[in-house]
Amino acid sequence: MSETLKKIKKTATDLFRSIKLKEKAEMESPVRSLNNVIYNKKDGFFELKGNMKKRTLSANTVKTFAQTLKMMALSKDLINAKDIATKREAYYVSKNWGEARFKEQPESDAVMDDIEATFSCNREQLGFIADEHGGSVAGELTVIDKDTTSGKEIKIDCTKFGSGSYSVPSDVEHLKFQTKAKFILAIETQGMFERLNKHQYWKKSNSIIVSMSGVPSRSCRRFIRKMSDEAKIPVYVFTDGDPYGMMNIYRTLKVGSGNAAHINEYFCVPSAKFLGITPQDIAQYKLPTHPLKEVDIKRAKDALKNDPFVQDHKEWQKALKDMIKGKVRAEQQALAKHGLNFVISNYLPEKMKNEKSWLP
Amino acid sequence: MTKTTLNSFYGKAPNKNTTAHELAKGQREISIAEFFEKNRHLLGFDNKRKALMTTIKEAVDNALDACEEADILPEISVEIIEMGTDKFRVIIEDNGPGIVKKQIPKIFAKLLYGSKFYKLKMQRGQQGIGISAAVMYGQLTTGKPARILSKIGLSEPAHYYELKIDTAKNSPDILKDEVRDWDKEHGTKVEIDLEASYNKGNQSVDEYIRETAIINPHVTLIYSPPKGDQIMLVRATEEKPRQPREIKPHPYGVELGMLIKMVQNTKAKSIKSFLKEDFSRVGDKSAEEILENSKILSKTKPKDVNRDMAEKLMEGIKKTKLMMPPTDCIVPLGADMLEKGLKKEINAEYYTSVSRPPSVYRGNPFAIEVAIAYGGDQPADKQINVMRFANKVPLLYQQGACATNQAIIDTNWKGYGIQQTGKNMPVGPITVVIHIASVWVPFTSEAKEAIAHYNEIIKEMKLAIQETGRNLAKYVNKKKKVKDELKKRSYIETYIPHIAEAIKEIIGISATEEEIIKENLKYLLEDTRGKVAEVGFDPTKNEEFDADFASIGKEKKSEDENSEEDKGESK
Repeated sequence: MSETLKKIKKTATDLFRSIKLKEKAEMESPVRSLNNVIYNKKDGFFELKGNMKKRTLSANTVKTFAQTLKMMALSKDLINAKDIATKREAYYVSKNWGEARFKEQPESDAVMDDIEATFSCNREQLGFIADEHGGSVAGELTVIDKDTTSGKEIKIDCTKFGSGSYSVPSDVEHLKFQTKAKFILAIETQGMFERLNKHQYWKKSNSIIVSMSGVPSRSCRRFIRKMSDEAKIPVYVFTDGDPYGMMNIYRTLKVGSGNAAHINEYFCVPSAKFLGITPQDIAQYKLPTHPLKEVDIKRAKDALKNDPFVQDHKEWQKALKDMIKGKVRAEQQALAKHGLNFVISNYLPEKMKNEKSWLP
Repeated sequence: MTKTTLNSFYGKAPNKNTTAHELAKGQREISIAEFFEKNRHLLGFDNKRKALMTTIKEAVDNALDACEEADILPEISVEIIEMGTDKFRVIIEDNGPGIVKKQIPKIFAKLLYGSKFYKLKMQRGQQGIGISAAVMYGQLTTGKPARILSKIGLSEPAHYYELKIDTAKNSPDILKDEVRDWDKEHGTKVEIDLEASYNKGNQSVDEYIRETAIINPHVTLIYSPPKGDQIMLVRATEEKPRQPREIKPHPYGVELGMLIKMVQNTKAKSIKSFLKEDFSRVGDKSAEEILENSKILSKTKPKDVNRDMAEKLMEGIKKTKLMMPPTDCIVPLGADMLEKGLKKEINAEYYTSVSRPPSVYRGNPFAIEVAIAYGGDQPADKQINVMRFANKVPLLYQQGACATNQAIIDTNWKGYGIQQTGKNMPVGPITVVIHIASVWVPFTSEAKEAIAHYNEIIKEMKLAIQETGRNLAKYVNKKKKVKDELKKRSYIETYIPHIAEAIKEIIGISATEEEIIKENLKYLLEDTRGKVAEVGFDPTKNEEFDADFASIGKEKKSEDENSEEDKGESK
């Protein structure tokens, strides 16, 4: 029996006992927010501080109790049947639960996240997978997967996708890698990934390029982490020069998120370095800019005030302060001002060489 | 007048024998009786329907006042007989003290004759107009005299009179005066024929009778309407109300005309003793202060006081600080009695009442009482129902012009969970009863239909409404809480089966165990929340409610149409 299955059964059994004895019924799970994480400096990720939210069965929690238990029952069925359900599918399954059904998907996602956090597992272990795209990969990499029906090993050469790319699956735990690449480049936008792929940047630089398409999904984070760990190669992150690229994308990839703090340990890439556009780059390359939006400023200020990772890194504090002061942001594509392939011919090589221009 | 003025303006010498003299020929003294003959609406005889109600009301008010003064538990019978198209005979009989022989003609056949005008005492009648006006109306519309039978004691004879009013002279016209046998210890019986129309519904005799019983719980009323059975309204209490005390007028409440009359009729030798003896709250010191402020010598003889001096005296009174009049002369009904009466009439789910301590307007003591009935049989989508009483007399007309109306719309009912848009009548399942008790109730007209807008009175009414309103709000909130709680419980019950089911799905418990889980969950979630208070409407809970009583005079569909007809006719 899987660990997760044991945990589900134990939860149900404990509840059953309490209720049978007319005792107070409770469920406990860690608080999922940035307030409840600390930055683990040694290993380089956000970990839970340990604040727990205790739900006692009452009129106010009875619905959540019912929904959580129903979700656990669904998870049990999925694990037993060795099947999976996307978050969206799980939401639709709940439509069979009568009054206990979810009205909107964010409600079912939250219950799912709570169960994960309670059991300190990831959703794939519960039989659930994300809805979102996992990320695109190209370059000097061979992924070793298994045929989903026969279970036979298959090798996927990521240099052989032409103008296309390899798509990161939602569960990456069973994957193995073969690579001689020197580094991994994680890219914010699909557009920039396409440009680098078209000109086979990965071949010139002997690297693996990954498109994150915004904030990297868990499987994308895990995939990069596994590659980096197994091949012992560095990870560089190339994003827009704005607070969203810096904090939401880079910081989540590097140290994890507040929401998924219970699994950050495995779902982040502490060794990653920031090679994205910095305020200094904006000046140095005289990049075309856009004014910072109010939401950008708020994001930067929040990070300075509340983000344990930023609080631990003076460089980041300076970068964010400079950005607020400069009042402008610049996108990856702004480099096209100096020629469409300026990014390949100049920017990335120059950045790679000059370690001082990186951010930690 | 206009014509003469114009003539002189154009410098033409007016012909002595023309206009003014001709006009003078047509000018003569108009008696009060003649005046009211032409202005019957001022006395509440605007239309046939109202005439019937007013006639009965005046007779019953007098009977109640007389019983109260003689400390008798009243038993009054009211009979209405249909004599022909729009012709009715009303017979009102009481067990009061009776009237001494020589007073009978004046009381019934002379307007403005009465014992009450110069009295400041809480009673129903005020100026001695009412019953003689009814007699006059009857005589005017049917040509028939009023018939009075009265007896003042067991060994005394009963006197029978047939009376008309000489409207030119405002004096009684005695058609018959004889002694009759009457096997009654004492009492008075009044019989008046009049043109009228009888209807049920709002502003009807039935409503007046019903509300009179509510506000006078010590009265037994025997009512025989023209159609249908005799109705016995037995007194709810044997306890007679405390006798109201008569007080002298307070200087602050006296108007110039009244002051002049008082000073002319006083027995006092000097102006100072006049002030001390004929007014309340004027002592030696305050009398001197008033005179000093009026610049009048204290030895001035009352008969020497002219109009100018009277005006000075009014000024002096205004400038002098006087103690407010005594208020123990007021006999309110009491919050409990008011509520009890309301319960009899309206089957509601919640009642609250308050009797305010007496207050003073223009030197006249008064007290306000309010009772509220909420919910039950009352419609929730209509304007609230208002019942008004002044000195224990129901007020059925002119609600919009009444101070009570002002007080109600000035109150913020939303705060009590009742709908109200702007300064309008609130909407909801509510009956508000407002009673004003005073030595002198200020009406807007002689018909005594609406209470005048004195700030002090409206303020007291509002305070009383607010006090009951707060109680009501507590109840409405409690009801809402209970509703929420019940909703929460049904919410809980919705999810209990799912919890049991999920546990069953995960660890495979037996059906019996699943039932135990459900029961225990119900216990854990609900029983620990305590008992839900019982609120809401239980039609059987109100033991005071008298369905037969409440239905007196309530219109049925067909009668509704009749009343519409009547309204059209009266206009």
